[in-house]
Amino acid sequence: MRLTCPICGARDRREFYYQGDAVALYRPAPDAGVDAWDDYVHLRDNPAGVRRELWQHEAGCGAWLVAERNTTTHDVLSVSLVTDGTERGA
Amino acid sequence: MVKFSGLRVLKEGLTGNTGWSPHWRDPEPRSEYDALIIGGGGHGLSTAYYLAKNHGMTNIAVLEKGYIGGGNIGRNTTIVRANYFLPGNSEFYSHSLKLWEGLEEDLNYNVMHSQRGMINLFHSDGQRDAFVRRGNAMVNQGDDAILLDREGVRDHLPYLDFENTRFPIYGGLYHPRGGTARHDAVAWGYARGADQRGVDLLQNCEVTGIDIENGGVRGVQTTRGVIRARKVGIVVAGRSGQVAAMAGLRLPIESHILQAFVTEGLKPCIDHVVTFGMGHFYISQSDKGGLVFGGDLDFYASYASRGNLPTAEHVMEAGMTLMPMIGKAKLLRSWGGIMDMTPDGSPIIDRTDTNGLFLNCGWCYGGFKAVPASGDAFAHLMATGRHHTDAQAFRLDRFRTGRGILDEEGTGSQHNLH
Repeated sequence: MRLTCPICGARDRREFYYQGDAVALYRPAPDAGVDAWDDYVHLRDNPAGVRRELWQHEAGCGAWLVAERNTTTHDVLSVSLVTDGTERGA
Repeated sequence: MVKFSGLRVLKEGLTGNTGWSPHWRDPEPRSEYDALIIGGGGHGLSTAYYLAKNHGMTNIAVLEKGYIGGGNIGRNTTIVRANYFLPGNSEFYSHSLKLWEGLEEDLNYNVMHSQRGMINLFHSDGQRDAFVRRGNAMVNQGDDAILLDREGVRDHLPYLDFENTRFPIYGGLYHPRGGTARHDAVAWGYARGADQRGVDLLQNCEVTGIDIENGGVRGVQTTRGVIRARKVGIVVAGRSGQVAAMAGLRLPIESHILQAFVTEGLKPCIDHVVTFGMGHFYISQSDKGGLVFGGDLDFYASYASRGNLPTAEHVMEAGMTLMPMIGKAKLLRSWGGIMDMTPDGSPIIDRTDTNGLFLNCGWCYGGFKAVPASGDAFAHLMATGRHHTDAQAFRLDRFRTGRGILDEEGTGSQHNLH
């Protein structure tokens, strides 16, 4: 499996750290309540198909990335920088 | 139904093996049952068996989308152990191991349970301390644990690389009652036992919807028609997210891939289950002679039933570091199982907010050894509405409330880190 880092190009999976579902980008406010924090920390849609994930190019440029990936085929459909502005800050 | 015995095997051997009959029926679905189990894997079958045997619930059915024993129960590394240390886990796995020890008698089925002993190696002072603590917890629970020093390990496992300077072997925690069992036979034995007691095992019967009325479950939609029931148990491992979604539930589960590997058959050389402490690697030798081994998850979410090369390479490297002798063995096959990973690495056996709908999932990659106690506890919950004494810590709401988190490895709330 290879991910195409927007900065470094296509690289082997070994260079990347997998954080989890891209829900990790949407940290609730400290006082958002138990349900919001349960959603954020624990609950997952866990689809068999395309999902948005948070990865880091740990052994490369260090950038945090949002990858759209198919969990049934391992196809990586797109990779973008978290800091592109389309995502809220982590 | 044929009762198995040595005498019977001898008689059949002398008469051309013509007297054997199928292990279970292939019934048509009835329109209504007292209870349904979704998932005909190890946990679902054992649940059905104990519902029938312990609670007299025989008007029940197991719904399996494929064939009996075709999921993770047919593809795993078969290790049976009771070496957990957190209260909540400890008594549960202890209970499970005791059930294992009586399982063949109970089922009249040879599950090839082999208590060959398990040795967890440690490679530093800190790791030794952690294993001493774990061993004490196991002994306090009433199970067995023996701390081996380096020479003690050498007596059992002379083939390890004791000259390795980077990862020196300091010793090991020896769990004599640990071992392995024949995974397929466990599924078949429970299936046969449930069928004998009247449970319908419905194969090629995929659940496509869960019917809920007025806050209570009323039945399921399947590829073999509508089946009504007032109690439904979801026991579908890696597919828990999808099936629970049919009931409007969102679970604290992410499905991950775990690879395992088998070599060609060899003469007996590895007598125990052995785990490496400085890289995730564990190995045993099957009765057929193949070395069965595995390691970490691939660490990314997946339903692909296959992994990628980095983890395969890591497992091989760890194996070669620990026991260079296996380098000459040829790898026969590998596979990837879909693991239902929870945020604390411990399972869920609980009711849901929907009346009559129960949930058994989150076994991460340690579900095989739990098959007997998981079925026993889930059957107890479904039949009586009360948690089994040894499984009452496996609550679904522990994540939401933060009370009773069971993080055995202390690795935090990320699903793939357990």
